[in-house]
Amino acid sequence: MELTDIIFYIFALVTIGSAMIVVFSRNLVYSAFSLMFTFLGVAGLYVLLLADFLAVTQLMIYVGGILVLMIFGVMLTHRVVNVEISSGAMRVIPATIVVGVFLGTLLLVLTRTKWMVMEGSPDVIGTTSMIGTALVTDYLLPFEVSGVVLLVAIVAAAFMARKR
Amino acid sequence: MLSINYYLILSAVLFTIGVVGVLTRRNAILIFMCIELMLNSVNLTLVAFSAYLGNVEGQVLVFFVMAVAAAEAAVGLAIVLALFRNHVTVNLDEINILKW
Repeated sequence: MELTDIIFYIFALVTIGSAMIVVFSRNLVYSAFSLMFTFLGVAGLYVLLLADFLAVTQLMIYVGGILVLMIFGVMLTHRVVNVEISSGAMRVIPATIVVGVFLGTLLLVLTRTKWMVMEGSPDVIGTTSMIGTALVTDYLLPFEVSGVVLLVAIVAAAFMARKR
Repeated sequence: MLSINYYLILSAVLFTIGVVGVLTRRNAILIFMCIELMLNSVNLTLVAFSAYLGNVEGQVLVFFVMAVAAAEAAVGLAIVLALFRNHVTVNLDEINILKW
């Protein structure tokens, strides 16, 4: 077994294990912290896939931004006197059936399909300049539109969350 | 290099874990976390195909997914905060004011 295989299995284990904790933990704060390890595991997999810039972006946006927002949400939506920050479960049996069928279909399709992939390992060294070039040439309009989307979202979030 | 199937199966499992959370848990913030899990698994699929096809455009798409995810998290949490201010709960089975 090669070294990259071992690294893949380690990151996959971290990602899946902490994702299970996110979903099945009774305590919301544990879920939020466990979500951090899921994001870190996915960032490690990005590095393994030679997407260095995206890995750093993942750390900055998800761990540094969205996760902090989630923890603020947990803190703000529970009464301080209420010590137990927990979250119950419901509809377990129908959900199990739906999810089982869903996962079975996904795995069947994934393993039966012959994917068109490149032969050999890619020799890309650093994707930053390629991503930057793509963003300001072929993808300029989506880039600008996503900026407008973020601006509108910030204004809307501030408007809805303020006290009146 | 590993076969691409390993990454695809990993993201399928990650997506399924997110679906389990959305279907079974009733706390709105936890459901947000599960949506982030699903977005991450889709991003992982895109990056895997981008790497195995030697094409950087999949990674550009991941950027747009991240931008939309950030917007979604901000607006969603603002909605949850407004809901909590009005109803003092974020359990989705107790919020039924649109039902009659």
